[in-house]
Amino acid sequence: MALLDVQNLKTYFHTEYGLVKAADGVSFNVNQGEIIGLVGESGCGKSVTILSIMQLIPSPPGKKAGGKVIFEGKDLLQYQPNGQEMRSIRGSKLTMIFQEPMTSLNPVLTIARQMTETLELHLDMDKSAARERGIELLKMVGVPDASRRIDDYPHQFSGGMRQRVMIAMALSCNPMIIFADEPTTAVDVTTQAQLLELMKDLVTRLNTSLVIVTHNLGVVARYAQRIYVMYAGRIIESGPSEAIFSDPQHPYTVGLLNSVPKLGERHGERKLIPIYGLPPNLINMPPTCAFLPRCNAKIGRCSKEPWPELRVVGKDHLISCYANIKGK
Amino acid sequence: MAKKTVNTAPSQDAMGVAVAPPKHSEWRRFARVFFGRKLYLIGFIIVVILIFTAIFAPLIARYDPVTNDLPNKLQGPSTEHWLGTDQLGRDIYSRIVWGTQISMEIGFAAVFSSAIVGILMGLAAAYFGGIVFAIIMRVTDALMALPGIILVLLIAGLGGRGIGVVIFALAFGNIAGMARMMCGQALSVKQNDYVMAARSIGMSNWRIMWAQIFPNAFPPLIVGLTMGIGGVVLGEAGLSYLGIGVPAPAPSWGGMVMDGQGYLLQNPIISLAPGVAIMLLVFGFNMVGDGIRDAIDPRLRGVL
Amino acid sequence: MKASKNETIVQVENLKMYFPITRGLLRRKVGDVKAVDDISFDIKKHETLGLVGESGCGKTTTGRCILRLYQPTSGKIIFSGIDISKLPERKIKDHRRDMGTIFQDPFGSLNPRQSAGGIVGDPLKIHHMASGKELKGRVEELFELVGLDPSMMDRVPHEFSGGQRQRIGVARALACNPSLVVCDEPISALDVSIQAQIINLLEELQEKLGLTYLFIAHDLAVVQHISDRVAVMYLGRIMELTSSTELYENPLHPYTKALLSAIPIPDPAAERTRSRIVLKGEVPSPVNPPPGCHFHPRCSLAIKECSETRPPLRDVGNNHYVACIRV
Repeated sequence: MALLDVQNLKTYFHTEYGLVKAADGVSFNVNQGEIIGLVGESGCGKSVTILSIMQLIPSPPGKKAGGKVIFEGKDLLQYQPNGQEMRSIRGSKLTMIFQEPMTSLNPVLTIARQMTETLELHLDMDKSAARERGIELLKMVGVPDASRRIDDYPHQFSGGMRQRVMIAMALSCNPMIIFADEPTTAVDVTTQAQLLELMKDLVTRLNTSLVIVTHNLGVVARYAQRIYVMYAGRIIESGPSEAIFSDPQHPYTVGLLNSVPKLGERHGERKLIPIYGLPPNLINMPPTCAFLPRCNAKIGRCSKEPWPELRVVGKDHLISCYANIKGK
Repeated sequence: MAKKTVNTAPSQDAMGVAVAPPKHSEWRRFARVFFGRKLYLIGFIIVVILIFTAIFAPLIARYDPVTNDLPNKLQGPSTEHWLGTDQLGRDIYSRIVWGTQISMEIGFAAVFSSAIVGILMGLAAAYFGGIVFAIIMRVTDALMALPGIILVLLIAGLGGRGIGVVIFALAFGNIAGMARMMCGQALSVKQNDYVMAARSIGMSNWRIMWAQIFPNAFPPLIVGLTMGIGGVVLGEAGLSYLGIGVPAPAPSWGGMVMDGQGYLLQNPIISLAPGVAIMLLVFGFNMVGDGIRDAIDPRLRGVL
Repeated sequence: MKASKNETIVQVENLKMYFPITRGLLRRKVGDVKAVDDISFDIKKHETLGLVGESGCGKTTTGRCILRLYQPTSGKIIFSGIDISKLPERKIKDHRRDMGTIFQDPFGSLNPRQSAGGIVGDPLKIHHMASGKELKGRVEELFELVGLDPSMMDRVPHEFSGGQRQRIGVARALACNPSLVVCDEPISALDVSIQAQIINLLEELQEKLGLTYLFIAHDLAVVQHISDRVAVMYLGRIMELTSSTELYENPLHPYTKALLSAIPIPDPAAERTRSRIVLKGEVPSPVNPPPGCHFHPRCSLAIKECSETRPPLRDVGNNHYVACIRV
């Protein structure tokens, strides 16, 4: 039994240009202690999916349009977004790490204030215990001189350090699942390596689940056990990490892997194979496969039938595609 | 449905380039936001009527605004004199109509001239920075410290009076604000890479200022300019009320309010009518300014 | 298109770019941001020199010094045989014709109130290279060259997608047939699936027009893919400079090694066998960089001498230069 089971999640936005189906029937699950990668380009609905699970989508313009989010046997979508039940889960059992920590930390409060607040709220700690715990957490994520720095303001930290603070805050209430939304996009590559190693060590040690949302396939290759690839609001391929990278089956996944330069390829050795065309904008989508206009493996069925259902192509390996590109 | 679809199969050439997404009409959005709110629409209608009145004053007015008709003084509203007559027997309605012309003249002239000077100063300060910036900012500080009313008194004391003096004084008081506004906008526009790009292709400073920075820094200023007209008209009314504005017998609204002061009990319309006119004008221009701001503010995109 | 002739197009000698930090009303100088701290390198005709490093390492500043968008603090920039580092602003204009620039942000680098055709035609107008019908023809030609439909000339930038905007930027950079094109992070603001389109475009154009690129980016995998030679920068200095193949197969500087190992590879099997060097600490401030080798506080090989003298960028054979005394 999965810890979190997202079934057919739909979140729509009403905009002045039309209806945007940002998440359109997303299903995935997370097991205890597992690291999951949710991969896709900007605008594919990966962040919306996470925010919908946390019920953090502003409404209007957003709208819950269907589906279930089963966590600990209960459907979270049945709760009021700001109701007592949801608030007791959000920030304690399910926590988030954002891309740009500067915007998710309050600039006028010290780190201590921001950390102890959650601890006092969710774990009923008193002030001094919460502070002790805060320092302990900062030490755990490798903030040097934690007992002094806890009284600093967010702007006194560097980008990498702020992200460490965010990780510490996400861990503070012993969460079951951490959702990390592009956690390393705003930092440099050596800092990214530091943060990813840190997160992996922590979740393994604490037996917490981690969902990494990213556009960078490389980031999840090393750490994620299972990967979901999203395109235009849907999961188009999912499976164990090895299968996705060594035997991708959806033309989009294949395209993504072929379009990035690989380290160590000699200069001039291989021309990149781009995915032609543009990512769709999600307004008034046609019922057919959204990747069809850019697909180089399309077959006759693709333009006549609706978006294909996910089908099994290997052990735990599913794709949403009519074409069979195995062997290519 | 298919016609509206934005992501229908993009036609591609050999290099895999898709055609551009459809044109989003900026004007349509502007009109939708601007005219979508009742208050803005009312403000807009008021402004249009006022401009129309100012232009066609000779046709709309029914009497000469400055010819006295003492036998018919201080009359109440009638079919002959829609708003009655003042203490010298002049038709109040006609004076209001002609007053519109004076107010608008002063409003537009003062704002326009102050805008030209202020924009030049602000642009130069923002683009060159350093010492130029420091000097211009100190100049604006000095300007802000000098109230327009003192300036008018000064010029009046030197023997100068008339519409020109009023325009000059009001414009002078507006320059600092304009310069600051322009400077702020231009500074933020200057941060954009396209300004760096313009330099990298060898574009001259003058051209970068006018072709690259100005067109992008100007739209937010329209709001300030529009609201400025209301402010200037109010300022003119204040000066005229104090008797140092537009000299009598010209029908200035501020002067008319003062004229009627002594007859508030006999015929309150003399003061009330120009008062209402001033109020409507200021309200109208402020609403139009607010509307423009909402319509062009990129932060409100998608919300409104 | 390898560097067939060994003709040098740009030679940078001891380039320093310090930005003063001033305080107070009198603009008293209280320190310097040492963005570029005495670097030397050259760019050969028809080659692509990659400049790679993390944010704040001075790679963008170096590019802007070469374009003379900044006035270097000291050092020489010899472009086509002339030292342009001290030329006055009005004389620099003629050289700007021979240099094109592609900027990072396809949204910020195009004037939103100018038509695409106007943007591309600007350099031609400024340098009086074409006007009227000829100008329009040349702009059309440039549009086709970068894979844009010339019928879209009258549209403004926001009607284009990110990738298309970057193509407009490329067309502008190429308008005057420049001999050198400085590409400053040209793909990092684009969607993953679009990046390859622009990289391929740049490669094709280089082949077709015999261009020389200075390719500035933080992504070593991309830089390595497109560059003949790569210079690795750290805190304003070049740490290692060699051919891109040599850099991957035989990295010598400890920083280069750490950088290479930090880049995630989209291949779980390869990732598992790869050892990863996780650097300790953070990049120090360029206002007050560590003495000696800038990298020594984070270096696992550091010895006492490393904190005392700056290691020179020395030739270790095979056109491989490295600034480290421990290799």
